[in-house]
Amino acid sequence: MKHTISVLVENKAGVLARISGLFARRGFNIDSLAVGTTEDKNISRITLLVDGDDYIAEQVTKQLNKQIDVIKVRKLDQEEITRRELVLVKVKMSADQRGEIIDIVKIMQGEIVDISHTTLTVEMSDKPEKIDLLIDLLSPYNIVEVARTGTIALQKGAAIV
Amino acid sequence: MITGAEAIVRCLENEGVEYIFGYPGATVCPLYDKLTKSSIKHILVRHEQHAGHEASGYARIKKRPGVCMTTSGPGATNLITALATAYMDSVPLVAFTGQVSSELLGRDVFQEADITGAAEPFTKYSYLVKNAADLPRIIKEAFHIASTGRPGPVLIDIPVNVQTDKLDFYQPEAVDLRGYKPTIKGHAGQIKRVLRAINNAQRPVICVGGGIFAAEGQKELQQFCESINIPVVSTMMGIGAIPTAHPLYMGMLGMHGKSIANRAIIDSDLLIIIGARVSDRAVLLPANVSKNTKIVHIDIDPAEIGKNLDTFIPVVGDAKEILRQVMEEEPEKKSVEWTDALKAAREMLTLDYEPRKAGINPKAFVHLLSRTLPDDHIYCADVGQNQIWSAGNCEVRTGRFLTSGGMGTMGYSIPAAIGAKLAAPDRAVVAVCGDGSFQMQMMELATICQNNVDVKIVVMKNNKLGLVKEIQRKSYKNNESAVDLTGSPDIVAIAAAYGIPGRRIDSMDAAEEAIAQMLGNKGVYLLECVVDENEPSM
Repeated sequence: MKHTISVLVENKAGVLARISGLFARRGFNIDSLAVGTTEDKNISRITLLVDGDDYIAEQVTKQLNKQIDVIKVRKLDQEEITRRELVLVKVKMSADQRGEIIDIVKIMQGEIVDISHTTLTVEMSDKPEKIDLLIDLLSPYNIVEVARTGTIALQKGAAIV
Repeated sequence: MITGAEAIVRCLENEGVEYIFGYPGATVCPLYDKLTKSSIKHILVRHEQHAGHEASGYARIKKRPGVCMTTSGPGATNLITALATAYMDSVPLVAFTGQVSSELLGRDVFQEADITGAAEPFTKYSYLVKNAADLPRIIKEAFHIASTGRPGPVLIDIPVNVQTDKLDFYQPEAVDLRGYKPTIKGHAGQIKRVLRAINNAQRPVICVGGGIFAAEGQKELQQFCESINIPVVSTMMGIGAIPTAHPLYMGMLGMHGKSIANRAIIDSDLLIIIGARVSDRAVLLPANVSKNTKIVHIDIDPAEIGKNLDTFIPVVGDAKEILRQVMEEEPEKKSVEWTDALKAAREMLTLDYEPRKAGINPKAFVHLLSRTLPDDHIYCADVGQNQIWSAGNCEVRTGRFLTSGGMGTMGYSIPAAIGAKLAAPDRAVVAVCGDGSFQMQMMELATICQNNVDVKIVVMKNNKLGLVKEIQRKSYKNNESAVDLTGSPDIVAIAAAYGIPGRRIDSMDAAEEAIAQMLGNKGVYLLECVVDENEPSM
């Protein structure tokens, strides 16, 4: 089962090392981890996607809370959050494939951000499942590189962590 | 303006530090230079690991953080075992390490080691100081973090240039860490649930761990168990939480514990765990326990609750505070049937204190030793068979039983005893170790001599790594591998080489008189007890 966990941490050196070390040490499986600053420059937000049962999710939450540099930890309800990932996909293609690929990108509401004689680079920001679908649709062509961020998420409505 | 080193010394004086256990080196020279002008006493250890253990023994008795200090590189890495030992047993330490000059960091220069990185899994928190101006705040925070909540070691790594840089000394009055606010008081709703669980229970048992000492809640625990008549078992870290001879105390539980203590847990319908981690050594089969037993888990560290055992009622907070809160609710006194049955079973236990054909009976010996020592004595047990003999047979009255419980670090007892004695000069302190563990710490005899530390040392000598030998006998078809200590020195002669008086005994007939001689000796003394190599730990 996937859990999305939002963590507010002090924005200072060594915090990410502590947190990633914690996961390795305690054997927690992390699907993705995204870090960035927040509205407060002293605080960073880490969004985690954790794979595991409720026991694992509880342990992750508790161990994170135990860290001195962790200010807040919230396990987010999958139904009540907006989730986004960003992906860049570079596809190698022949001239006659270009039209098909552009069609797929249009339907998926992605964007062509770079083009050369032999390649196209597609950008898309969406739910992780949609990103998976885009990659799947492009896979019959020659995908040469994928760069994908971890999931970030915020609660819907007025709720905040 | 003062230097970083002067600021560190001033901060340590402000914290009321009496002793620093340490070992100098190039990258802490600015700090050592300023230390000579301070009232703080420096204890020169003979290996950095023991600096940490001595600070640990000091902290556990003084109930405030122990301070240790080493140089960068190997000095710092040698300290790691002691940090890990303190971390596992929740002992408050503030450890200072020197570091190479900050502009050289990351270049693998001479004696550079990423110690904050290496020690990260074994410290409650750590700092790599970049600016001298941050030192006063960081040191204040370090003492706060080490000593509050669930105590633990905090590491401060200080590049040598930061020690010589100048700063305007300013120390904030209070510590403000928004991510660190330990819970002290138990949640009122949970306290009510605990009360109901106690009132509904027929066969309640308390399992107490080292957390009770961190909370200084021994008195409250005794009041609690006496006022409602609940039997108590302890983990190894919890030994002495109530006097071991107390009628309600059933002994240590677990793999090496008393059968009656384990029986009490299995038969109970309510298990109240206080300040214990419920590790694998303490509770062999967590699944069996939780099946028929409701579990109340009281701990200041919420991450310990539910980690190893499913918990029915979690209560986060300080053990002393929570015991008071529960007592205020006036729980019903439990029937005497359950406690009487356990007490009767305890009476039936036959203690194996018979003399041996060859060598001394270590169980009888440690029992006799602890009974002969003053009530408030501090007993430091090492790791190995000697630890099991001590844990099962040492009588703790108003004193303390110190050992490396979680980490099981050999070579803990003598340095811990040194620290304990410096923390409580008026109390009798004894270290009991084996001949294996003795050889991991015998260099500290020099520290003892240099500082006239009056500790009594007992070495159980069987020429074997006895506990490993037992594992090999039970699980590896008696194939003894690398457990023979042939080549070991004459231990009494080693002591004599340091000018330490001592003697060897090989029969229980001499035990009483030898103990009296040791305790009557003013100053350090070493007693070697010859033990048969097949003497079992249980």
